[in-house]
Amino acid sequence: MGEQSYRPSGHRHGRGDFLERLLRGLLDAMDHAADAERLAARPGMLQRLDPRIKTLGLLLLVVTAVFVKSLVALAGLFAFATALALASRITLRRLATQVWTGVLLFTGVLAVPAIVLVPGDVLVAVPFVGWGITRQGLRGAAFLIGRAETAATFALLSILTTPWPQVLKALRSLGVPLVLVAILGMTHRYIFVLLETGVQLFEAKRSRIMGPLPGPERRRMAMASVVVLLEKSLHLATEVHLAMIARGYRGEVYLLDDFRTRVWDWLALAGFLAVAAIAIGWQWLALSGAPR
Amino acid sequence: MQTAAPQLSTGSVFELVDVHYAYQDIPALNGVSLCIPAGQCIALLGANGSGKSTLLRLLAALCFPDRGQLAAFGTPLSEERMQQEALAYDFRRRVGLVFQNPDVQLFNPTVFDELAFGPLQLGWEKADILRCVDAMLAQFAIAGLKHRSPHRLSGGEKKRVALASVLITRPDVLLLDEPTAALDPRSQREVVRFLAGCRGSGRTVVTATHHLDIVAEIADYCFVLQAGRLVAQGVPVDILGNAALLRATQLLDAHNDSTPHP
Repeated sequence: MGEQSYRPSGHRHGRGDFLERLLRGLLDAMDHAADAERLAARPGMLQRLDPRIKTLGLLLLVVTAVFVKSLVALAGLFAFATALALASRITLRRLATQVWTGVLLFTGVLAVPAIVLVPGDVLVAVPFVGWGITRQGLRGAAFLIGRAETAATFALLSILTTPWPQVLKALRSLGVPLVLVAILGMTHRYIFVLLETGVQLFEAKRSRIMGPLPGPERRRMAMASVVVLLEKSLHLATEVHLAMIARGYRGEVYLLDDFRTRVWDWLALAGFLAVAAIAIGWQWLALSGAPR
Repeated sequence: MQTAAPQLSTGSVFELVDVHYAYQDIPALNGVSLCIPAGQCIALLGANGSGKSTLLRLLAALCFPDRGQLAAFGTPLSEERMQQEALAYDFRRRVGLVFQNPDVQLFNPTVFDELAFGPLQLGWEKADILRCVDAMLAQFAIAGLKHRSPHRLSGGEKKRVALASVLITRPDVLLLDEPTAALDPRSQREVVRFLAGCRGSGRTVVTATHHLDIVAEIADYCFVLQAGRLVAQGVPVDILGNAALLRATQLLDAHNDSTPHP
């Protein structure tokens, strides 16, 4: 599956019919996951780190980005996240498409009204309506967008530079309950099996459809497919449970990691701590005259 | 057809007496009685739906007879008895099952986790697990797949990982459900070579298959199932030489006279 490159024939970017769009969506989901795994396997700065150190360090930076009270410090954190991405062979284009644009649109919806609604020093009035854009409003919007963009960039870096199984093990090492880690792991494992099944199911149906289907028929087919997939997933779950029992599972899951922390990892952690400390400390420096 | 039963070298591993099993109302096994001696390589032959997989699941104590008796290592097996911690631990340590569909069996996030799963459940020490995982990876030539996700592997690779993940706990008994199904010829050959190597090793191997061309290579003795009944047993040379039996059990095409070479 991982190396599959099949695409439904015809209009890749067109609307296509229901089945084709659904099939394309399933394939895109698989491609996206495969792409992320390939990226995580590339040699890069973050890819080389012990996943536990990396998860801890990036989590610390996410928290710092959320709580930092200086725009300059926030901008510094954002620049650091971007530099980390480049050092880890993640392109700006990928960051822009996968995180920055989406976050900007989402938080922008919330932030734009604040520009005019927050009372304060009016910098300029919006033509025709006369609403005043305030300094405080702009500052609030910049904080909201900056925090969201920076935190999301750090989070994406963690996901794109660490194979998912190692993310799970790192979470386990950091004290996340074993049951949750095991459930996440198996969900990730079988989501691909079910995606594959879904693709095969729709391909099989598509191969037997002679022309466009009327709306009710398409809906009926979609529902029938959902039921079949559900039945298959239940059957799969039963079989997997039996396979687990056959290999000694008795209700308690155990995991083992083979992580090794080297000097470089400790240095990186120290670097993450230093960046977080500087960002937090900047607001204190700001009180004594530095730009905020 | 019935030929001399295999010699019991060190006692029987499994004994079934008049075993019946049904999936709700659909009978899968119907009065099966057989004995599987220790150290032998057994082939369970039968067409699709003959009850081979169900029989393997019974032998793996994943389901239990509706009627009749099932014993393993001289101890009767039942659902209640398998609730006993010590019995279940001992049984799972000694019996390994390789499922027909590796996607069912390979449920861990990486190949490393897959191999470590069994030993972890059995409470092995971490150092022993790491050492054995590395040894199995080398033995099955899958070291390069160690950190790969099982769903990214080819069919042959999945099958090797599935085998390694069961063999790592060094089970006395290995049960295999259609081990060569859906594999390319090269991967099939690898599996067959492995199973042939098990003969005479002291390990008991029970392989469910309908691929007659591998039977002579992998089995010391055969049981033939048809519609949930045991219809024949014997050494491969006798079973494979009996074209009428093979046709009657749909193991051979009725229009094809060429019997497999024993």
